[in-house]
Formats: sequence, C-alpha cells, structure tokens
Amino acid sequence: MTFFTDFGRYLLMLKGMFSKPENHKMYWKEFMHQCSDIGIGSLGIVTIISFFIGAVSAVQTAYQLVSPIIPKETIAQIVRDTVILEFAPTLVCIVLAGVIGSKIASELGNMRVSEQIDALEIMGINTRAYLVMPKIAASLVTIPMLVVVSMVLGILGGRIAGVASGILSPEQFNKGLLSNFVPYNVTFALIKSYTFAFIISSIPAYFGYYVKGGALEIGRSSTKSVVVSCIMLLLADYVLTQVLLNPA
Amino acid sequence: MYFHNYIQQNTYTNNMIEFKNIFKQFDEKIVLNDVSHRMETGMCNLIIGTSGSGKTVLQKCLVGLIEPDKGEIDYDGNSFTDMSEEERKLLRQQIGMLFQGSALFDSMTVEQNVMFPLDMFSKLNGTEKLKRVNEVLERVNLVDANKKFPAEISGGMKKRVGIARAIVLNPKYLFCDEPNSGLDPQTSMVIDKLIYDITKEFNMTTVINTHDMNSVMEIGENILYMYMGQHEWSGNKQEIIFSKNERLNSFIFASEFLKDAKDMRMLEAKGKMDNDRNMDELLK
Repeated sequence: MTFFTDFGRYLLMLKGMFSKPENHKMYWKEFMHQCSDIGIGSLGIVTIISFFIGAVSAVQTAYQLVSPIIPKETIAQIVRDTVILEFAPTLVCIVLAGVIGSKIASELGNMRVSEQIDALEIMGINTRAYLVMPKIAASLVTIPMLVVVSMVLGILGGRIAGVASGILSPEQFNKGLLSNFVPYNVTFALIKSYTFAFIISSIPAYFGYYVKGGALEIGRSSTKSVVVSCIMLLLADYVLTQVLLNPA
Repeated sequence: MYFHNYIQQNTYTNNMIEFKNIFKQFDEKIVLNDVSHRMETGMCNLIIGTSGSGKTVLQKCLVGLIEPDKGEIDYDGNSFTDMSEEERKLLRQQIGMLFQGSALFDSMTVEQNVMFPLDMFSKLNGTEKLKRVNEVLERVNLVDANKKFPAEISGGMKKRVGIARAIVLNPKYLFCDEPNSGLDPQTSMVIDKLIYDITKEFNMTTVINTHDMNSVMEIGENILYMYMGQHEWSGNKQEIIFSKNERLNSFIFASEFLKDAKDMRMLEAKGKMDNDRNMDELLK
C-alpha cells in the first residue's frame, strides 16, 4: 500500500514540475548552479573511479586469458566493450547515486525541515518547478557527459595499466581498440546513462522533498533514497540490456 | 507576466481575512474544529493557545500550506478556498511570512535572502533592488550585516532578516509563526515592537501565532484564543485582563506571579473606575 502511495506522490511531484516559471532568469541561474554542482562537483570522483576500473579490468582480463591462441589485442577489445557497455554507465552511475543522490535528498530534506520550502511556497513559487526540475534537468545534461568522460578515462586507464605491467604493447592495445568496434554500444551506453540520470536525481528528490521530521529523518531519507535509486538503477540496467542488446 | 512590476506603495484600506467553520483532521485526530474569526486590517491579530491547540495548523490553513477539510477562508471578500492554483500564487505574492525558525536560505547572504523575492517577482534593476534591500534592512535596524550568512548571525538578527524578506515586496498580509521563540525577553520585545510598528506603518493585516504573554499584553489588538482546536475566546489585550473564561485565565496567568499581577491590574482598574465615578459625582 505504501508503495502505491509513494509511487503516486512521486508521479504527482513529476507532474507538478511542469509549470510556467515565475522568472526565467532565476530558473536558468538555478539550473546552471545545479549543473556546476552535479557535473563539475562529481568530475573528480568519476575520473578516479573510471581510470582504475579500466586499469583493473585490463589486468584481470589478461589474467584470465591464459590461452596462447587468443591474441593480446583481445584484451583491449574486452576492456573497451566492458567499459563502454557496463562500467562507465552503470558503475559510475551507482557511485553517482551515492554522491549526487544523497546530496539532493539531504539538501531538499533540510530545506523542507527548516521550512525553506514553505517560505518559497508562501512567496508564490512552485517549489517542485524551482527546486526539483533544475536538479533533474542538470542531471540529464551532465551525467551522460560524465559517462562519456568515464568511457575515455576507463579505456585510457586500461591502456596505461596494460602497457605499464608489460601485458601488451601500445600498438597491440591500439589495434585491439579499433578492431570490431560497434558504434551502437556507445548509443546503448548513452541511453542507459540518460535513464540512470533520471533515476538518480528524481528518486532522491522525491525522498528529500517529502521528508517529515528532523535531522534524523533527513539522514534516513537520504540513505533510503540511495538504496532505492541503486535498486531501480540495477533493475533498469537489466531491462534495458534485455530490450536493447538481446540477440534472440 | 509578473505580479509586481514595481514595489507597491501600500495604500490598502480593507484587507481583512475572515475564516468560517474551519475543520481539519489528521487521521483520527481532529486538530481544528469549527473555528471562525476575523483578522482585522492594520492590526496585530494574535492566535494564542497552548502547544498542540492548533494555532500553527490554522495559520498554515490560512496561507494554503495545509488544505482545511471544511470551511471558508476569505481574503478581502475573495474566497481563498475556491481560488485556482494560479490565483493563489498571485495572492501569495501579497503575503509575507516570518517562520518560527526564520527559514532563511542557508546558501545565501542576508542581502541575497532579502533580495530573493525582488529577483523573482520585480522588474527593478540591480541598483534599485539593492536600494530597496538596504531600505528594508535599515527599517528592521539591521545595518552592516548584508554580506553575512544566516549561520553567522544571532537568532534575533535572523528574525529581523526574516521580517525584512517578508516585507520587501510591501505585502498586504503578514503572517508570523512564533516570532519570539528562542529569543530572550528583551529581544522578543524589540521584535514585537518592530512587527507592531510595521503593521501600523504599512497598514497590513498581521496574523501572529504566539504563546508569549508579553506579546499578548504588548501588541494583542485582536486576540483569538484556541483550546484543543476550537475557538475558545476572542477579544483584545484590555479585555483579556477582565475575562472570566477559566481556560483562558489558566493559560494566560499560569504562574502565581502573573495571577497576582492580574489581580493588581484589576484592582488598579477598579480603583480608576471608582475614582472616575467620584469625580463625576463631584462635578455634578
């Protein structure tokens, strides 16, 4: 029963976001502020994670490919495809669900508890449009960009680790990287990243916007929002893979 | 289209708020039961009562933050209950509200907090907005705090910033939810006086939720006493002294000290009346 109540309120919150802005300039300012917070603010963690994911995946792939009949270039191909198909969109978004999700939920939760949202409502401002919409829009703009950055850095990490540990030469890596490349994989990764961006911004926004109580409840709702976002993200990952990549 | 193309010069004559038969229930608990009253223009209208008596819920119903289950709310004769969301948004731009915790935006400075309604609803340029912000900050006796963040100022200053933000657009209606909570008696009196002066100066309809007895005695021009979600008594600060309502008396004069003070005031008033009568007889 609670699930349906929450889901209904979530949909109503999304519906309520679409109204004519009271002042376009202020909404644009808030959107740009969120882009900076979500995009630039997460760049550091995305860089570190992506680089090491690529590096670890190159070394682990080499460890598992013990057969001499498999060419070394295959390692680069596997690193490229796993990074593009799964690591960059999914793993990075799971990390971002923690970073961005908890930030959105706690920010809105704090605003709700300290009556800042009520203060905006009293001024005649649609708070769902002014507070929630820019966060979701900024996530939809910046997260796919972060995913693309993550793809590049992941592959770069794999190359550096592969070459530095003597697994394969730079030429072998480059050759493998360019062979059998399927551009659709990037499209698929971008579709996933847009879906995940929506999930990891809208769900925490819901939990933060409707929080009741005090500091303890803000913490709880923040944790809950990250857990629910991650579950929904993994579910969406499976559904999208099944629908868009199923060869059958 | 913005509602406020300029800062209005307040010349309102009749902006009273009237509510009739307000009923609100949360699950099984009845919080407001058939509450009716009228908030007068140019007066400090106080809603008083013990904690949990329904004051805050009533105020939130009046500004539309909570929908009453039954009842009618009129702003200057226009039914707030029947207004569309857009009409309510427009009306709310004529409402200023001071929240219990001030509800200042943490990430903004004092200046930005006060300027926010102007940024959102006025078409003034940067210089004009700054001038207006400084005007209202000066009006609430807050100078040299423009660049400070809410975390860097005291509770009393926060309340003053809250008032400045509430009045920056020259609203017709001012709502204050427990403006003195967490403040020392001296600062409370300063805030009370400020609210009172602003109400008179701009001829606003001010609605104040409080359980501070000093406020009641200082600025209570039209008082609604709530008891367990119901309208128990209404009157002004003079009438409250002579009220025979037991619940009101035990709420207002809770301590022995206050009871003694009340008796003294009554004796004083009685003495004055006797004096006047004697004078009249002598004059005859």
